[in-house]
Amino acid sequence: MVTYLVRRLLYAIPVVVGVNLFTFALFFMVNSPDDIARAHLGNKYVSEKMIANWKAQHDYDKPLFINQARQGVAKLTDTLFFIKSIRLFAFEFGMSDGGRDIGADVRQRMLPSLMIAVPVLLLGLLTNITIAMLMTFFRGTRVELVTSVMCIAMMSVSTLFYIIIGQYVVARLLRLVPISGYSDGWFALKFILLPVVISVVAGIGSSARWYKTIFIEEIYKDYVRTARAKGLSELKVMLNHVLQNAMIPILTGIVVIIPLLFLGSLLMESFFGIPGMGSYTIDAISLQDFAIVRVIVFLGTLLYIFGLILTDLSYILVDPRVRLD
Amino acid sequence: MAMRPEFYITDLLILSLFIIFIVGASYASCYEHLRAPWRRVFKKKIAVVSAIVLSVFIAIGLLDSIHVRLESQLTSGVSITNTKSVLDLLLAPLDDTHETSYSAPFASKAFTLTTETSAAGQATRLYKPLQYVSHYTLPGQKLTWVVVANMLYIALESLLLVLLVSTALLYFRAKRQNTPLVSVINRYLKNQNQFPWQTALLTGFIMLFMILVLFHFSRYCHIFGTDKVGRDIFYTTLKSVRTGLIIGTLTTLIILPFATLMGVAAGYFGGVIDDVIQYLYTTLSSIPGVLLISATILSVQIYMARHDELLQTTQQRAEIRLLVLCFVLGLTSWTSLCRLLRAEVLKLREMDYVQAAKVLGAGHYTILMRHLVPNVMHIILITIVLDFSALVLAEAVLSYVGVGVDAATYSWGNMLNGARLELAREPVVWWPLLSAFSFMFTMVLSANLFSDAVREAFDPRAI
Amino acid sequence: MDRANQSTVFSLCRNVRFWLTAIAVALLVACDGRAWNNPYPKSDRDDGVIVDYASFDSPPKTLDPARSYSAPEAMFNAQIYEPPLQYHFLKRPYQLEPLTLVAMPTVERFAKNGELVQSNEREVVETRYTMTLKPGIFYQPHPAFAKAGAAYLYHHLSRKQVDGISGLADFTTVGSRELTAADYVYQIKRLAHPDVQSPIFSFMANIINGLDEFHDQLQQVKAELKQTNSSQGFIDLRQYQVTGVKVLDRYRYQITIKGDYRQFIYWLAMPFFAPMPWEADQFYSQPGMRQKNMVLDWYPIGTGPYMLAENNPNRRIILERNPYYHEDLFPATGEANDEANGFLKNKAKSLPMIDRIVYTLEKESLPRWNKFLQGYYDNSGISSDSFDQAIAIDHHGNPQLTDELKQKQVRLYTSVEPSIFYLGFNMKDKVVGGDGERTRKLRQAISIAVDYDEYIHIFLNGRGVAAQGPIPPGIFGYQSGQQGINPIVYQWRQHQLQHRSLTDAKRLLAEAGYPAGKDKLTNKPLVLTYDIATNGGPEQYAQIAWMRKQFAKLGIQLLVNATHWNRFQDRIRRGRSQLFFMGWNADYPDPENFFFLLYGPNGKVEHGGENASNYNNPVFDQLFRQMRSMPNDNKRLAVIEKMLAIVRQDAPWVWGLHPKTFLLSHKWNDPVKQSSIINGTLKYYSLDPVQRSLARRQWNTPIKWPLYLVGMLLLSLVLYAANAYRKRERKMVKRR
Repeated sequence: MVTYLVRRLLYAIPVVVGVNLFTFALFFMVNSPDDIARAHLGNKYVSEKMIANWKAQHDYDKPLFINQARQGVAKLTDTLFFIKSIRLFAFEFGMSDGGRDIGADVRQRMLPSLMIAVPVLLLGLLTNITIAMLMTFFRGTRVELVTSVMCIAMMSVSTLFYIIIGQYVVARLLRLVPISGYSDGWFALKFILLPVVISVVAGIGSSARWYKTIFIEEIYKDYVRTARAKGLSELKVMLNHVLQNAMIPILTGIVVIIPLLFLGSLLMESFFGIPGMGSYTIDAISLQDFAIVRVIVFLGTLLYIFGLILTDLSYILVDPRVRLD
Repeated sequence: MAMRPEFYITDLLILSLFIIFIVGASYASCYEHLRAPWRRVFKKKIAVVSAIVLSVFIAIGLLDSIHVRLESQLTSGVSITNTKSVLDLLLAPLDDTHETSYSAPFASKAFTLTTETSAAGQATRLYKPLQYVSHYTLPGQKLTWVVVANMLYIALESLLLVLLVSTALLYFRAKRQNTPLVSVINRYLKNQNQFPWQTALLTGFIMLFMILVLFHFSRYCHIFGTDKVGRDIFYTTLKSVRTGLIIGTLTTLIILPFATLMGVAAGYFGGVIDDVIQYLYTTLSSIPGVLLISATILSVQIYMARHDELLQTTQQRAEIRLLVLCFVLGLTSWTSLCRLLRAEVLKLREMDYVQAAKVLGAGHYTILMRHLVPNVMHIILITIVLDFSALVLAEAVLSYVGVGVDAATYSWGNMLNGARLELAREPVVWWPLLSAFSFMFTMVLSANLFSDAVREAFDPRAI
Repeated sequence: MDRANQSTVFSLCRNVRFWLTAIAVALLVACDGRAWNNPYPKSDRDDGVIVDYASFDSPPKTLDPARSYSAPEAMFNAQIYEPPLQYHFLKRPYQLEPLTLVAMPTVERFAKNGELVQSNEREVVETRYTMTLKPGIFYQPHPAFAKAGAAYLYHHLSRKQVDGISGLADFTTVGSRELTAADYVYQIKRLAHPDVQSPIFSFMANIINGLDEFHDQLQQVKAELKQTNSSQGFIDLRQYQVTGVKVLDRYRYQITIKGDYRQFIYWLAMPFFAPMPWEADQFYSQPGMRQKNMVLDWYPIGTGPYMLAENNPNRRIILERNPYYHEDLFPATGEANDEANGFLKNKAKSLPMIDRIVYTLEKESLPRWNKFLQGYYDNSGISSDSFDQAIAIDHHGNPQLTDELKQKQVRLYTSVEPSIFYLGFNMKDKVVGGDGERTRKLRQAISIAVDYDEYIHIFLNGRGVAAQGPIPPGIFGYQSGQQGINPIVYQWRQHQLQHRSLTDAKRLLAEAGYPAGKDKLTNKPLVLTYDIATNGGPEQYAQIAWMRKQFAKLGIQLLVNATHWNRFQDRIRRGRSQLFFMGWNADYPDPENFFFLLYGPNGKVEHGGENASNYNNPVFDQLFRQMRSMPNDNKRLAVIEKMLAIVRQDAPWVWGLHPKTFLLSHKWNDPVKQSSIINGTLKYYSLDPVQRSLARRQWNTPIKWPLYLVGMLLLSLVLYAANAYRKRERKMVKRR
């Protein structure tokens, strides 16, 4: 298994390099540093001297790939590509174009993101599996028809609509929770309750339906018939056999996104004023802060690849037949 | 008034897509093995209903995709050019009516107060009457009765229309099969075809009735109210249909040739080609979707701004941005289709008939085009249908994030985006949200239901 | 694997139990009368101290007084830093008074030969300002001052030590020191520091003697430091001298500026000229500090009434009373009505009166407004979406509070901002610019057609004043009534301002050679491009549509170039635009700060100045030079009137509007006189926390029945499912 892991990690390297090259090309070959400088220098009394200064301070005055002015290794290291791209591998994120240390901000913002994302994942899993099991159990009856049409209807509603209406009704009309904001410690519960509930509700439609498909595929298999023949109650059959075997495809879908939870949710965080990675991304996009967007794309890629490896590992845990080598 | 057709790239793409669709459908109808799964689809009531609803949306979108350039002479000898779509012309004068600001559905007065200063210098705050409202009844007539009478009239009209159209369809069918019309009708009445014709007729009637009623009342007032700058919401909502359709269909279309070729080639040739293609799609799919989209759109936005001399009007720019968005969205969904195709071709490659073709000396091209591509068509079809609704929904979210369609484009995403502020108003402005929501919901729901039926019919694995 | 199943069964049961508990908890909390939606944790609430709750809508980019130049940043900086001068809190027109000085600076003007100039008859080449500080002013407690004996505790931290801390609070020892004249000089030097990148450097380099040379010198020093590869970024500015800025003794310093720029005195009331102790610079430039975001940008250090206690620009910022704040009293006298308006309620009281201010980041206007209504913010502006809920205009056209807000006893303050938003013509453009009669008439026609009164009504709910020229109300030179109207666009009829009719505009357009918007010579329709910086919001799209409509009234087609701020600026700078939308916010309350936007030598394309429309009129320029060195008297007013007449006639801008601010304030706040120029007002605020907590409780009783309803619904669903399961199990038995 160790060799497998090593191989996976080695395979990940060219992918990360590829992503890095891609984003670098996207940001630095399409836009000129002058654009970036002007965007951040405000709107009064901006002179060429100040732009040059700004570029120098943010390393944007360096050549793209090869610095002819320097000697030796510096020829390659004192370039935009090295400073802005290669250093990412060492987790040196550098300064945002706005002048803050990105690493510090990322560390600070990960926790609030997780505070939303983790409960959403767990509660969502619980709710969706419950609903999917019920639908499987009632397969062929009117209950299943109604539920699955409702699922389709629910997934046909834009997430924006769930959020807008949820916030309006619960926070504004009923005054049950604060409208937006965040806090440290247990007090945060007050703020995350509504976004978590809305996220879970918004996710029911597609997830429950997907789980149902998996369950139903399992339920017609021979071992289920055997279990029933043994005289097990339907509940036991569902929980002891079907759920367990359906865990493999469910895990494939879930485990891969677990690392990505660190990146938070763009919509929830910006609607509810939660200072997590999601709102960080949105702010960076609206401020056109390329330094931050680049770091987040890089982090997202790393986390995704990490998730893929985790998925493989989870197979072993759930399914003894799977062996990695 | 001089008229000249004018086509945007998006128009051309969506019209050609429609033509491909028609050609494909008539081609498929010639072969029994291609017709069979579709017949399975249309046995389902839900599929028939959603297909009819969807086709109404498609019709609206297509009408909005045919543009003409109007040159109108003013009295002073000056001409003004305007580009309008057929839908604009049909709905006119809704496209050119502007109120000052919000007004509620069916209202005759503005929703917000206006300060009017009289000649004596007295300022008064009043709800100004709207410009585009005409009297529905003659003096002395009772409103309810006129409404009821008109509705009944429209109902009758649509009933007749539906019957007429269906009879015509039956007539052509009878002519083609060389059977008398009566026997065809009989067959349907006895339900031998298993086609749920009652449902189809009823749906057709309801849709037609609704279209006509909405159109009828839209002649007299803003049936869905107006938005912040006084644009008619009914018009805005209908215009958004096209954007939704374009995002939902063009996205897949743009990347389709690319994804098919890459996926099939990777599966068939294997070796280095497979490695390169696999590397490509792993790399691209490693970047989380939203981030890839935002990063690309950000860059393209600035690139377009720098080369603004290329694009003359705001509308052209909006269309290009829409196309770019489709392309970028395609970039993210491309990988999954490619992966699916590769896996399928890997299986097919070892099939006897492919091996036989190889032994018989068929070239790579022939094998790819004649034996492999037709046999993965069902996967492509399912992907297109499944992706459609997800893409329409994604548009709204992206517009919120700020990397969606241009702010000048009519889209449900832009409408929902504005709706949050409107809900915060007191009294609440709910109609833009409600109309965007209900149209979007109807389209996405019917697409979802239809795709469900298609998948069941085509995918042997499905339940 | 049995355990997994059990846990699933358990969780299924728990699902039921979860909701039962939830309902139980809901019932329990329901008995407790407190508001559920209070967004402040206990630690933020007032226990014995007076807290003010406020919000900020975008994180400040920097709180470094040499760099910060925006209103949201000034909101914090002006409370923390003390420049030598301030504006009198109550007197209008604005009047400067000493803040940390014993008296106003002494000003001496010199002629070319170095002689003192007493009156206006000779050309002034140099002006010298001498400032004398009050002794006994101390800095806020800060680790940069912490000393053990004579040595500074935290000035030579190792990288490891820096890595071990996470914020300023981790430094156990703090210190303070008396404010000296050298600190003021140090800050002026920082304005020229290449790493600081002060936004006013290029401007000040043309004004303060030797500042530009100083910048180049520092640039050189930096390069040398780089050569020797010293990683220490700290350059002790005390070692280098600016010719025009001198420390005379412990409490006195002197600034010499070029020429006779009388408005310089206003700059001395801005945080750019606040003191900066060298200790802070040394402290923050230690390696590793920047990686912790511990820099002057985020941790200011000043002598002002407040100090920054917590800075999390991603969430909240907390200001705390500076324990060492010098003696400062609320003004004892004000203007005539101030006593009656309650502005003098706290007169002669010791400042500041509030102990802590909690600023919460609130990016969206929707939650901000709702939290204000719920009593969680003490003050609020009004966005155009919440306008109708807050304000009703009475019969005389005056804004009044709606009944809902009257019931809450909210107070409304209105004031016109010292800013202007305008539609500029690029005077370098062939079609709309230039001095010819033809283009002038075209500009005038457009000036009439673009109806900013309507704009104010639609987009600002009347929160603005249509501009009659570049000078906003409240600034010297502005005149109300018939005297102040712009005769090109308005006329005075029956004691009232009246917009000229569209017929006038069409006539002018025809005279300009474009009858009904079509070029007489080429017979082609007139097409103009309009540049506007956008962020792509729906609101702006509406504004663009509106603008297009204005030009359509004349038959002119408008191509709109809605781009990001960057690209917009770029086009303006290169003179590629025709029409553009811009704004200007005054730096100081003097007409010079508006007229200089039209001064020829400030042209954007040629000189990179702030004259974005590249207007260049020698007569106007001559008058401008005359006007800027005059005191505010009738003679100056006459010159200003002449200048206004010229620019109105030439119409290089469609004058646009001056925005009005409406501020809502809850009943528990004491009345505060509004001002858009004075930023350091927090020390004059006071409030009654008891009244506030009562109101909050009263306004925020949660509505609970839907919660019960949802609970019941879920419960009945669960019961139904359980029942159906049992039925089905039985059915299977039967079949068997």
